[in-house]
Amino acid sequence: MTFDLYTIWFILVGVLLTGYALLDGFDLGVGALHLFARKDEERRIMLNAIGPVWDGNEVWLVTGGGALFAAFPHVYATVFSGFYLALVLLLVMLIFRAVAIEFRSKQPMAWWRRAWDVSFSVTSVASSLLLGVALGNIAWGVPLRADHEFAGTFLGLLNPYSLIVGITTTALFMMHGAIYLVLKTDGALHDKVRGWVNNTIIFFSICYVITTMATLLYVPHMVVAIKTHPVLFCVALLNMLAIANIPREIHHGRDFYAFLSSCAAMAALMALFGIDMFPDLVAASNNPAYSLTIYNAASSSKTLGIMLVIAIVGVPLVLAYTASIYWVFRGKVKLDRFSY
Amino acid sequence: MDVLTLARLQFALTIAFHYLFPPLSIGLGLILVIMEGSYLVTKRALYHQMTRFWVNIFGLVFAIGVVSGIVMEFQFGMNWAAYSRFVGDVFGSALAAEGIFAFFLESGFLAILLFGWDRVSPKTHFFSTVMVSLGSIFSAIWIIVANSWQQTPAGYHIVETASGPRAEVTSFFDVVFNPSTLDRLSHVLSAAFQTGAFLVVSVSAFYLLKKRHTEFARASLKIGLMVALFASFLQLITGHSSAVVVAATQPAKLAAFEGHYAQNAPGALHLFGWVNEHSERVDFSVAIPGMLSWLISGDSQKPVVGLKSFAPGDRPPVNLVFQTYHAMVGIGMTLIALSLLGALYWLRGRLVQTTWLLWVLVFAVSLPQLANQLGWLSAEVGRQPWIVYGLLRTKDGVSKVVGAGETLASLILFALVYLLLFVLFIYLLDHKIKKGPAAEDFEKAGKAVSS
Repeated sequence: MTFDLYTIWFILVGVLLTGYALLDGFDLGVGALHLFARKDEERRIMLNAIGPVWDGNEVWLVTGGGALFAAFPHVYATVFSGFYLALVLLLVMLIFRAVAIEFRSKQPMAWWRRAWDVSFSVTSVASSLLLGVALGNIAWGVPLRADHEFAGTFLGLLNPYSLIVGITTTALFMMHGAIYLVLKTDGALHDKVRGWVNNTIIFFSICYVITTMATLLYVPHMVVAIKTHPVLFCVALLNMLAIANIPREIHHGRDFYAFLSSCAAMAALMALFGIDMFPDLVAASNNPAYSLTIYNAASSSKTLGIMLVIAIVGVPLVLAYTASIYWVFRGKVKLDRFSY
Repeated sequence: MDVLTLARLQFALTIAFHYLFPPLSIGLGLILVIMEGSYLVTKRALYHQMTRFWVNIFGLVFAIGVVSGIVMEFQFGMNWAAYSRFVGDVFGSALAAEGIFAFFLESGFLAILLFGWDRVSPKTHFFSTVMVSLGSIFSAIWIIVANSWQQTPAGYHIVETASGPRAEVTSFFDVVFNPSTLDRLSHVLSAAFQTGAFLVVSVSAFYLLKKRHTEFARASLKIGLMVALFASFLQLITGHSSAVVVAATQPAKLAAFEGHYAQNAPGALHLFGWVNEHSERVDFSVAIPGMLSWLISGDSQKPVVGLKSFAPGDRPPVNLVFQTYHAMVGIGMTLIALSLLGALYWLRGRLVQTTWLLWVLVFAVSLPQLANQLGWLSAEVGRQPWIVYGLLRTKDGVSKVVGAGETLASLILFALVYLLLFVLFIYLLDHKIKKGPAAEDFEKAGKAVSS
């Protein structure tokens, strides 16, 4: 592996998508858990826990998409046109989710709020599931034509392996969201949320084991890199230790460390995914020669260089003010008249 | 209908809907900076109350802008994959820069704007307002760079790759500052300021008519009118310079603006008319001969390139471009007249009593929106049949693997979802306007100052 511009952009796009998973992951997870809170005030607290940040979290997806377009236009074109109906669904889900967050608090009627609650929760679950299914298909490989166009069908995307990855992603986001809620709540709701953390850890662990086994058995190309470079097993080890550390930290009441552990687990999972994909971006399941790699799918090295300058200027700025905004809104949620 | 038509319809629908919101955000952003800045300088509780009320409206506008914007960003790849492959090297960079430099700034600081009143100092809050406003302007800059490159490509060369020909950057500076970027950007930004200003003017005029929140309404109206007047005149200047650039860079579009077919003849300026594309002339028209030539070059005898210089297959749909362009110009003139009239009545202290003018101003809120839509239509339809002017035809840009059925399904779905979004937006906007500025914002700021 040479550390060239193409590799740097492979990593950078990965970092953006990981940023998206870490951040929007918890607010999608909070959405998935929303209906488990029964009282209106509890639901409002959950909504306001993500209130100031969910919008910014979603920008990571938009920027990740933009970076993919700029750095690897063929991947952007193949995947976005190939996964057409799935993406239309994802877009509609994201729209309804945003609408539900914005509109729920505007009327006090119970039926109004219940309708938006259900819509918020369903769209959060569906978005997580669709993102996971997309990831699962990329891991599994999709049929491509010689001209790199997608050769599969919408129903073909709903294969068992991808569905398992979709469910695992949803479970992961639910666990991540539950831990985030522990940080943001107090009182009776806090105690309740602690229970959810335990349940979601169990749910995620089961999914994790199933996905790992399915990958080892049926998707052997996703473990080749680690097999041939045993040192990379450290990443898998880190991933497992980070997951195992979450219940430990929760048990000791070190909630923030539990959240960091959960972030580390997600980052390690994404890293594993990237390591095993490299240098493919979309592996052709029918003929490896048709695969989109970081070389045949990329923009010119001149553009990658310009974009790198943009990233070097922009990303530290983004990280700095994103961090300060999270700092401004640190601590437990208190409802006031600006709240949702 | 075929895939191409459906994909174009879907793009038109989604961009038209999306484009209702960003101009409002940009315009309101500027007005918020003025209002909150005035509060910091004068410490008048009224300015505080105004900022809070308009921040609330801003939040609603922004939310719908974001969700409809994600669709736009996905759609290039979904429906226009061949186009994306061809332009990704150039166009993608501008989109990615928009994400990095604009979207994070806007959405991040918006949190403080909406929810941070009690968590940060007034100065930090004002800083956040400035950042959100800047973010919305940065966003306009990068998207106009991308779109202007489609109109007047520069700083690229065509490279044959294993996956076919594509445009690659040779000079990023030339891509960003392509021949039409600056004129189109200033035209779009002043339109956005105008759009935001007329919303503020409209709501304030409504309150004055209903004799509610009068002090709040007078102060908002004053700021709104000032920005509207400034932006309306700026529109005249930037509109003119944009047309001059179009004449130099996209002659077929300019000829379509005025239905000018003849080769080697001076161009007339039509006040109105109906282009007969069969007989290649403008019917029912009132025109000033030579005026188009004079506006472009300062010489009324100078020939203007006519549509006959282009093969029929290289011409845009002339009448549509003609009508949308003329309607936009007509509205632009109306808006100048309205802002002048409003300002005159204001200066003479009679606006508040002049019921008819207030009613006109209430409904004038729709005019900049209409002009924005018409302007985009004439700019984008005027570029046809090219998706990248002179380089790639629209019919060659569409995705190869997406069928008519799928596109029709998504078109219907988006149409329904947007209809619902629009109804909800109007409902909530109406709700917020009827509720009006909160009295406690006035008292709270008053206390903060006196203590």
